[in-house]
Amino acid sequence: MSLAEPLRLLLFLLCVMAFVGFNAAYLVWVERKGAGRIQRRPGPTEVGYAGLLQPMADGIKLLTKQLIVPPGADATLFRLAPVMVLAPAMMSLAVIPFSETLVARNINVGLVMVFAFGSINVMAIMLGGWASRNKYAIISAARIVSQDVAYEIPMLLVVITVLMITGTMNLNDIVRQQAGGFWHWNLFKLAANPLMPVTFVIFYVCMLAETNRAPFDMAEAESELVAGAFTEYAGMGFGVFFMAEYANIVVGCAIATILFLGGWQSPIGLFPGLFWFLLKMYLLCFSVVWVRWTFPRTQFYGLLNLSWKILIPVSLATLMLSAVLIKVVKL
Amino acid sequence: MNRLLKEISQGCYSLITGLRVTIAEFFKPSVTVPYPHQSLKMPARFRGHIELVRDPVTGKAVCFACKLCERSCPSDCITVEGAKLDGDKRKSVTRYVLDFTKCSLCGSCVEVCKSNAIRFGRDYNLASTRKEDFILDLFKRLEVEAK
Repeated sequence: MSLAEPLRLLLFLLCVMAFVGFNAAYLVWVERKGAGRIQRRPGPTEVGYAGLLQPMADGIKLLTKQLIVPPGADATLFRLAPVMVLAPAMMSLAVIPFSETLVARNINVGLVMVFAFGSINVMAIMLGGWASRNKYAIISAARIVSQDVAYEIPMLLVVITVLMITGTMNLNDIVRQQAGGFWHWNLFKLAANPLMPVTFVIFYVCMLAETNRAPFDMAEAESELVAGAFTEYAGMGFGVFFMAEYANIVVGCAIATILFLGGWQSPIGLFPGLFWFLLKMYLLCFSVVWVRWTFPRTQFYGLLNLSWKILIPVSLATLMLSAVLIKVVKL
Repeated sequence: MNRLLKEISQGCYSLITGLRVTIAEFFKPSVTVPYPHQSLKMPARFRGHIELVRDPVTGKAVCFACKLCERSCPSDCITVEGAKLDGDKRKSVTRYVLDFTKCSLCGSCVEVCKSNAIRFGRDYNLASTRKEDFILDLFKRLEVEAK
């Protein structure tokens, strides 16, 4: 065990990095294909069968480009930001159980770790925007801070609601509690909290906002801010931000799957856990793409109003409701 | 409070309607043409640059260099030369240069031609980096086509 453990961790590290790279590349493909289909066009078709090699071609193109640090920019922070934005997503994947046994580190505070590392993402994009010394990037950095602070609150309130029901922060235990048919999933635990589906919707909306996806892509508002915090990044510097966006979507969807949709639990008792986990996760990822190509970008005050006036009160209400149901009614 | 609840429920309803619309489009076949592999058929009244019409019997150009088109052209982009060949009753065209850089496809030349010797082409894939490529000798093209 003592010899096997470091090897196992090394293997998991490699697998997680490969998983992030693969997902970043192929979610871009899914995004482009999905956008195409929704707009009644075929999407990428030229490179490889159905454009399947397009992400590779894009990657090679980005890798061959020069990395430019603009004059007057803070070179250290400027170079550090892409690394800092991708690393937390990889760290978070270390505690996510892909199946009952397939988890790099089954720690008791897994959920806290994911959210702790998740908030580094905000700081990294802010640093990138700040270090660029570009007015669009700085506006974007300011926006991203107020946006992500606003959405962190309802997201964590919702997570606390779920935690009060599960009573554990170990992600594997949370999934284990949802064994059985789909009516055992936290999403349908209406006896514990009749507003459970609402909390899922709030979590999903907050996840979209936290990962800066449309309709909340205030950080990279092309029409107003060129490319926001990424304006000055060339070549793979931009590519890493792009990868991180998709890696964060994967982590967000994985957490949503674990907390609400029963993780690797099979709803009908067939097929291995890994299959169900990936199926649920990728369906959520697809829905993220679907949402992006359906709704236009919101205005900034609309975005903050949604969080402070609707999501936070509602998530506080669900938190109170489940507290009352647990402590007073003693289910 | 009532207004807020109404706003939220209406908002959710409109969001779901939007999602339903896009997912319906997702499963419909695409309407675009993958251009270099396929291209659209040009409609009957499409105006490409003009070309000379071949006489179906003799296989030569119908044009006999009356120069009506040259005179009718408002942008001076047509130059016609003709000569009387041995044994023929009338002239036949020997050179027909169209300067397509100046042509606005107004169609005066096609309209004025009494013997229907010129018509609009169907070619729309015209792109080049050199200006000379758009100064076309239509008679030479016809000769090359005949071979």
